Amino acid sequence: MPSGERFSGGAKINFFSAWDLVVSGNPTLMAIVRLSLAVSLTAAVIAGAVGMPLGASLALTRFPGRATLIVLCNAMMGLPPVVVGLAVYLLLSRSGPLGAMGILFTPAAMIVAQTILIVPIIAALTRQTVEDLWSEYSDELNSMEVGPVGRVATLLWDARYSLMTTLLAGFGRAIAEVGAVMIVGGNIDGFTRTMTTSIALETSKGDLPLAMGLGLVLICIVLAINAAAWVARLWSERQAG
Amino acid sequence: MQNRFLSLALSLGLGAATLVAPAAAQEKSIIVASTTSTQDSGLFGYLLPLFNAKTGIDVKVIAQGTGQALDTARRGDADVVFVHAKAQEERFIAEGFGVRRFDVMYNDFVLVGPISDPAGITGSKDVSAALTTIQAKAAPFVSRGDKSGTHFAELALWKDAGIDIAAAKGPWYREIGQGMGAALNIANAMNGYVLSDRATWLSFKNRGNLVIVVEGDRRMFNQYGVILVNPGKYPSVKKELGQSFVDWLISPEGQGVIANYKIDGQQLFFPNAEKKAS
Repeated sequence: MPSGERFSGGAKINFFSAWDLVVSGNPTLMAIVRLSLAVSLTAAVIAGAVGMPLGASLALTRFPGRATLIVLCNAMMGLPPVVVGLAVYLLLSRSGPLGAMGILFTPAAMIVAQTILIVPIIAALTRQTVEDLWSEYSDELNSMEVGPVGRVATLLWDARYSLMTTLLAGFGRAIAEVGAVMIVGGNIDGFTRTMTTSIALETSKGDLPLAMGLGLVLICIVLAINAAAWVARLWSERQAG
Repeated sequence: MQNRFLSLALSLGLGAATLVAPAAAQEKSIIVASTTSTQDSGLFGYLLPLFNAKTGIDVKVIAQGTGQALDTARRGDADVVFVHAKAQEERFIAEGFGVRRFDVMYNDFVLVGPISDPAGITGSKDVSAALTTIQAKAAPFVSRGDKSGTHFAELALWKDAGIDIAAAKGPWYREIGQGMGAALNIANAMNGYVLSDRATWLSFKNRGNLVIVVEGDRRMFNQYGVILVNPGKYPSVKKELGQSFVDWLISPEGQGVIANYKIDGQQLFFPNAEKKAS
């Protein structure tokens, strides 16, 4: 249901009034924040589930073309979001190969685009982390005759704290991008409007102070998530003794 | 320990997924590809809740330039288009992508420029003369350059003025390939002239030193039309729901709602639907 509501009509909106909207729980803004987080967290979790085993396998196995694949994966960390958005758009369009799914202009399409965007980041960073760890562990794991799947699992587990940073890097990229979600989500009021597309919209409406205020709110949210991840890490390190 | 870590990660993922799920499970909704002017002016924010209250139909608006909105519909990704470039709309129908086109409402374009008015055209009622002066003095002019309705209208106005803009353009003529708001932001920053639809201009907040310099020329007329995308081309088009939106817009009730929408006491759009399709 489109809310159609503007955040506020005042002329002197700045960060503090944008922040007031957060504190007072403005329903329009809350829904936008919730959607941004839901889409980008889901994309980060899926990309982690795909990218981490991929990166670890790339680190631990030797096959022809491996170097090419590593370079490719590293290069794809710089995928332009707008290109990913366009590709996913053409794929999901009614006249595209996956058009029958009917998920263009929905949050699901946004998750697909952001996942594609960040899988290379997570895979590339995981590969480096695991490869570095492997030089420490190789003798032990070789002598214990651990199979390839076991090696991947062991190293991923032991690198979990570094990999949390990897996951945060992917999440950060996802929640910060605007090009892909704008194209595949359509910036529909109350349905696919995220923090970044709201900021782009308010800028185009000439409400630069509100746009900037929303930008600062977004940065604060990302900061809070990173702080939470840090606390979770300290907590689990302590649990592990 | 390992289990706890995994269950934390899992519940995070599931939690995020459930947040998305309810938003995806909406029924009785249509996608309308429309223009930035109808959305940014707040018309949809006023009109759609009234339509929703009456019919229960959720209208999802993708705000694009007219050319892009028609292309979105050509790919079958919208149920209805609501745009403002009659020639393009008629081509869309002729190509078989649309069923019928209905006039809905109109307003007008205004030529906006810096208050210092380097071309000296303020107050003119003759848009052709104004554009000729801008070109002669090579005063900065911002063009949308994005195949939007306003861009098509601008090109037609140059043609009317007897200027072949493709040949005459120089560094003073800046095609930005962006929306109306971005064009106004840039015109403000570079003290340039720009053609805007009146609705976006009235609702625009970063005017800076921009003012209307030319308005009231009959050639600056801006007609909006609505078209149901042809279900014969794309069976996925929600024919009944889309048609009920079209019907409501051109009904006395919908037309009254359009007439009632005002910003600061100014009416933004003037309903002019006829019963017969054009």
